[in-house]
Amino acid sequence: MTELLAVRDLIVNYHSERGIVRALDGVSLAIGKGEVVGLVGESGCGKSTLARAILGVLPVPASEVRAGAIAFGGDNLLTLASAEIARRIRGRRITFIPQDPYGSLNPLFTIGQQMLDLMHWKSPRAAAAGRSAWPAVLSRYPSARRAQDRAAILDMLGAVQIPNPEQALAKLPHELSGGQRQRIVIAMALLPQPELIIADEPTTALDVTIQAQILRLLHREVKRRQVSMLFTTHDLGTAWEICDRVVVMYAGQDVEAAPTPAFFAAPRHPYTSKLLESLPRTDGVAQDIPGEIPSLIAPPQGCRFHPRCYFATTECTITRPPVSGGAHVVRCYHPLGASTGVAA
Amino acid sequence: MDNGKGGRLKQASALWHGPGLATFALRRLVWSVATVAGVVAVTFLISHVIPADPAALVAGERATREQIEALRHQLGFDRPLLTQLADYYLRLAQGDLGKSLFTSRPISADLLSRLPATIELTLAAMILTVGLGVPIGVLSALRRNTWLDHLVRLVTVSGLAIASFWLAIILQLTFAMDLGWLPLGSRLPSGVAPPPTVTGLYLIDSLLTGDFATFGTAAAHLALPTVTLAFPAMATIVRFTRAGMLDTLNKPFVQYERAMGLPESLVVWKYMLRNALTSTVTQIGLVAGALLGGAVVIEAVFDWPGLGYYAVNSIIMSDYNAVLGFTVWVAIIYIVINIVVDVLHRLIDPRGTG
Amino acid sequence: MRSETALVLRKLAEDRLALVGLLIVLALLACAVFAPWLATFPEAVTEFNPAHRLRPPDSVYLLGTDRLGADIYSRLLFGARITIAIALVAVGVAVAVGVPLGLIAGIHDGVASNLIMRLADIFLAVPQIVLAIAIAQTLGPSLPNVILALSATFWPWFTRLVYAETRSVRNETFIEATVALGASPARVVCLHVLPNIVSPIIVRITLGLGFTILTAAALGFLGLGAPPPTPEWGRTIAESREYLPDAWWYAAAPGLAIFLVVVGFNMLGDGLRDVLDPRTRRAGRPRD
Repeated sequence: MTELLAVRDLIVNYHSERGIVRALDGVSLAIGKGEVVGLVGESGCGKSTLARAILGVLPVPASEVRAGAIAFGGDNLLTLASAEIARRIRGRRITFIPQDPYGSLNPLFTIGQQMLDLMHWKSPRAAAAGRSAWPAVLSRYPSARRAQDRAAILDMLGAVQIPNPEQALAKLPHELSGGQRQRIVIAMALLPQPELIIADEPTTALDVTIQAQILRLLHREVKRRQVSMLFTTHDLGTAWEICDRVVVMYAGQDVEAAPTPAFFAAPRHPYTSKLLESLPRTDGVAQDIPGEIPSLIAPPQGCRFHPRCYFATTECTITRPPVSGGAHVVRCYHPLGASTGVAA
Repeated sequence: MDNGKGGRLKQASALWHGPGLATFALRRLVWSVATVAGVVAVTFLISHVIPADPAALVAGERATREQIEALRHQLGFDRPLLTQLADYYLRLAQGDLGKSLFTSRPISADLLSRLPATIELTLAAMILTVGLGVPIGVLSALRRNTWLDHLVRLVTVSGLAIASFWLAIILQLTFAMDLGWLPLGSRLPSGVAPPPTVTGLYLIDSLLTGDFATFGTAAAHLALPTVTLAFPAMATIVRFTRAGMLDTLNKPFVQYERAMGLPESLVVWKYMLRNALTSTVTQIGLVAGALLGGAVVIEAVFDWPGLGYYAVNSIIMSDYNAVLGFTVWVAIIYIVINIVVDVLHRLIDPRGTG
Repeated sequence: MRSETALVLRKLAEDRLALVGLLIVLALLACAVFAPWLATFPEAVTEFNPAHRLRPPDSVYLLGTDRLGADIYSRLLFGARITIAIALVAVGVAVAVGVPLGLIAGIHDGVASNLIMRLADIFLAVPQIVLAIAIAQTLGPSLPNVILALSATFWPWFTRLVYAETRSVRNETFIEATVALGASPARVVCLHVLPNIVSPIIVRITLGLGFTILTAAALGFLGLGAPPPTPEWGRTIAESREYLPDAWWYAAAPGLAIFLVVVGFNMLGDGLRDVLDPRTRRAGRPRD
């Protein structure tokens, strides 16, 4: 599978009142064309930071990219001018599905106004139209293009199963249900015909029954269009359902990456295996991981999981383990199943 | 405003209590009329009960007892107070505010002839206030804690603390007396004929007739009073817009719009600003009140022949009737402004009042 | 309670602008109290010296002299007494009238509450200065009348504020629980409602003092304040107009004094609001 996006050794710090938060500590991750990658981890592990870094919307000046590269279609997103990213990449080649569609849709504008504004600037037709000398807020929306974009929006609303698309366009966000709002932001992520969608826990705000519906819809539409997707979640079950591959993060470090079936069959990182054990099982026994998630202001040296790890040795406390394994990558000096030498 | 007094007829009750624009308008109208009636009653009582003897005041110090009694009867001050009030209401309903105690001219006509001057001044001040105040508030929020923001804060703190009549005098001292750039006061210099009356606003009338020389002169005369009047009001608008923008800055929808790569000018000046303005617009009613009140003092300083100038002259002459008439007018204008603000609020925030 | 006060004071001390405001207000108070000792010509308020009229500022007359040869600096100091008196009494009366009315309207439902709030609405239907002018003019120019006019137009602000705060406090469950337990309404007010609304009232008083000083000065400027030769700041500015542009100091000094004092109250009020009432910092009304 050809690589669409490759994050390499990304280091991101936040400057907070209490000190420097080492949010990402040399994270690497790759997404192939048409692949759905689940980025799994507990809250605060750096999933959202990584998602924002790829989109180029890390908060300034609070955050700082110390090192690394994000390769996307021949560009390094970290060195590209931010105006360039905003114009050419963000919202066009990489789009975004937010966690909270209620807060993420502007409460004072109708769905139609917001979708049309998006299409004005981000539809594939906008790319061909070239740039105007006017500030965007004063720029005119050519009526022919507007009509085409409007038709595309209505088609898309049909595809994401919004009943009465015409009526939905005239509504304000608070007049729609939670599930409908989620369908709207999914539609908005698909409309620019992107190569990659970053979905940031897109179903957490929903009821469980609707969650499943939306996930199926998202998976179907993404696969049908062969769009790649980075799907962050703290829920392993969700990852199991829709992801081709899973990347696990712990406290700002990536610890394991593997195709979904291999991952669930035989996790190799001690943290991951504990995480799987902590899932409620049919016998009702759920095991906690002893210890607490470390502070990212003064994180442990080496592998950040070592204070909680049963297998930890001295080397774990000094330097981060290198990448090992082929398709099933693990960053651990003592990976599970290593004695047999078989990488699932 | 929620004390329903629905009539016995079900239909009327439904209209009064129901949802929708008709109900809103009806309740607003009824309430406005009641408020004006209340203002009249309060001012009327104050001006007819408190002074020891209004007739004696009007008659002057040298009047004889008989003259005063005659005047009292002529002015109707000898009738029961409630009769006088009812009579005033009756005439007010026909637009009649009585006659000036000194010039004997009808007060409504006096006020009407001075209304355009005040409208021109307050409207110009309002446009300056909002036109400059909103963008400054936005920029100040976007560049918070930079030198620009600190400068803006300094200016707004000053704006809210400066006595407008003093600012007027300092501006006159600087730009009219010292530098001689702008005229000291009045709408047009004596000898220059005002443009033919269409709206009564000299700037617009002179433009309509293509008289650019008069337009320039009128604009020069308008400049200092407008700036004086607008300065404190602008401070309020800047503060609220800035606070509204800061409130919006980290809202999820702004992050989403940015994450989707929408042009920054669109995010700021369309999406964020409208949210920020929902709180600013509630202040516009208060600001308009401040402008109306401020106009009273400012017009006196700049010899601006508007309602305020008329009111101050009436005060000096102890012309109760005229002051009362002026107060009623201001109350009506103020209520109309507040209705306009409500409509504006509904336009900016389509979610409805909630 | 004491530790709470200490906390507020400590937070206030960290806010530099509020501290400057507090200093200005204290300086104003000092000027008012010690006017006879601070003044270089303590007799200047009543004795005039026509030979020295309209002198520009120099080492003898620090801020120059006025049309009657009186020392402007000394008159300003005595004017501070008037300013303080007007502001404190007017706002005090407005609080004494407005707060109880707001409490009554907020706690009870019924005709009386409605009547109070409608009356407040009527007083708010005219810009404050216009109503104050109308009242002051009817009463005739004098210091007590100015104060009365200002109180009469300022009380509805407190009534509205207290009404709104009381309503929101009343709807909180613990008040309902207290009433359900059989506490008398008056007791509930004193013990639970008042402490909850004291902060916004203090903030409103501080900002209201500055605002009232401005309005009082405007009334004085229009000739509706205390009659001459009272060294009232607004009236002094009005007097000076005849002698402009030559006697610029005559107009400049009292105007600056007003400005400084109001800035002081406003900065202190803003600081107090940030410390006492963080909710109102956000001008936008939270919805949803």
